[in-house]
Amino acid sequence: MTLKLSLQARGWQLMLPLALAFLAFFVAPLMILFVVSGFEDDKITQVGLKTWVSFVSDPFYWVVTGNTLKLGVLTVLATLLIGYPLAVVYMRASPNVQKILILIIIMPMLLSVVVRTFAWIVILGREGVINQTLLSLGLTSTPLRLLQTELGLIISLTQIELPLMVLPLISVMSQIDPSVHDASSALGASRWRTFFKVTVPLSLPGLIAGCTLVFASSTTAFISQSVIGGNRLVYLPLVVWQQSLVVYNWPLASVAAVTLLVSVMGCIILLNLVGRKSMRYLNV
Amino acid sequence: MSRRNSVGDVSHEVVIYGLAALAILVLLGPVVVVLITSFTDSQSLKFPPQGFSLQWYEKLFDSSESRQIHRAAFNTLEVAFWAAGTAALLGTCAAIGISSTRSRWSRAADTLFMSPLILPGIAFGLAALMYFSLLGVRPSLKLIIVGHFVMIVPFVLRTTLASLTQLDHSLTECSASLGATRLYTFRRITLPVIFPGIAAGTFMAFMASVDNVPVSLFLSGPKSDMLPIRLWGMMESTLDVRVAAVSGVLIISVLVLMLVMERLTGLSQRIKG
Repeated sequence: MTLKLSLQARGWQLMLPLALAFLAFFVAPLMILFVVSGFEDDKITQVGLKTWVSFVSDPFYWVVTGNTLKLGVLTVLATLLIGYPLAVVYMRASPNVQKILILIIIMPMLLSVVVRTFAWIVILGREGVINQTLLSLGLTSTPLRLLQTELGLIISLTQIELPLMVLPLISVMSQIDPSVHDASSALGASRWRTFFKVTVPLSLPGLIAGCTLVFASSTTAFISQSVIGGNRLVYLPLVVWQQSLVVYNWPLASVAAVTLLVSVMGCIILLNLVGRKSMRYLNV
Repeated sequence: MSRRNSVGDVSHEVVIYGLAALAILVLLGPVVVVLITSFTDSQSLKFPPQGFSLQWYEKLFDSSESRQIHRAAFNTLEVAFWAAGTAALLGTCAAIGISSTRSRWSRAADTLFMSPLILPGIAFGLAALMYFSLLGVRPSLKLIIVGHFVMIVPFVLRTTLASLTQLDHSLTECSASLGATRLYTFRRITLPVIFPGIAAGTFMAFMASVDNVPVSLFLSGPKSDMLPIRLWGMMESTLDVRVAAVSGVLIISVLVLMLVMERLTGLSQRIKG
């Protein structure tokens, strides 16, 4: 008993340094963010809700917020579409192939986002890989415009965020007993039926984790959004950056940042609630 | 075994393997394209390049012409070193603390420490900028280190916690009952078991700091220029092909570091969790 007590005491003592650091450098700054959003002027002297009122009553910001969340959802769907099959193939591969596959998946994740964004400029540009191929095949006579379009941005973000989707999936799928798939097919289920009735429900925790990470990361991906999207596509991170570092209107920048934070976290909490509900429903 | 639906089964295989192949192409293609482009002999980013040369690497390594890039690169490495080091130290302590107590508080602390992974980085970057300037602290590399440290702690915490679950508690109890001090037990039993986890997490944290945009965007200044921010500037203004050369250097470094860490710590198994 005394041993257990002393161990517990040691436990919170070991957590204390990081907890204090987080209070001072994480929690406190975020509280300042909320506080500053409650001021009305860029000198931060007048307390009031005017900044919030003007932000909420401007349809432009509604569109921007909606587009930001939409970008996150579309990126999640795209990474899911190609990431899920990759995880399935990984699980079926031999150990040696698995080793190569996992390094292929991790490598882009370790590479700077700026480098990956730059790669897509080279690929999607007027003289890029895609346009050169289409022109030489005679499929198009003029170069397609892919940069500064939502499609181009989603393609780039799909590659940039793909590892965040695949890794949690692989992690959860490795814990599934492989014999359940054999059992399903031995009982006469087709591969598609096994896929939707066995594989997908059992991998749900990884699915939720992957979707959460990709959604969170793509909605705040400032560099990709601003370089690939250009000035034509406006998302909340660009508003935050412009208002704080170009216009120096900190209250408005804070309002935009709080909106980003609350809407993204709201979507994530919703996703996790729905995910947990459906897991209970499916009894997994 | 009945095979009622073989057309369906074949279509399943085609779709799964087709999409997985597309995923691999999407993951690797851009890396290969950038690497090839960095050896172009022209002034544009046309792909495939008409001819090859090392001119952009020569320009990149020219100490007078690319002084600002070198400065930004050294700043980035310095920040990553200190931020990842601090994260390793405090993160490991916290992980041991969390795993030794299973109370509601330690679970809450765990959630708090992991939250930088999903919290919008841009919001935190702005928050840090306003917080430090309201406190009257001038922007410097030290502030960037603090900001990066907060954002990269989750990487250390996750891998260290995972390796702590592999620790057999009967070993530590055995050591204690044989009269070893707590520190001795930690040094001779706990640390050797969890060290690869700490090392893999610290490596991930280091790379995340090198890659960090949201904090550097708000806290870097003329005297504390960071590489990703400078590269972003080079991409936004004129399309400087030196970006391709920097990318080439980064790709090779990441590849080498990744293979070394895989050898030393079994990196991929630890990231996979």
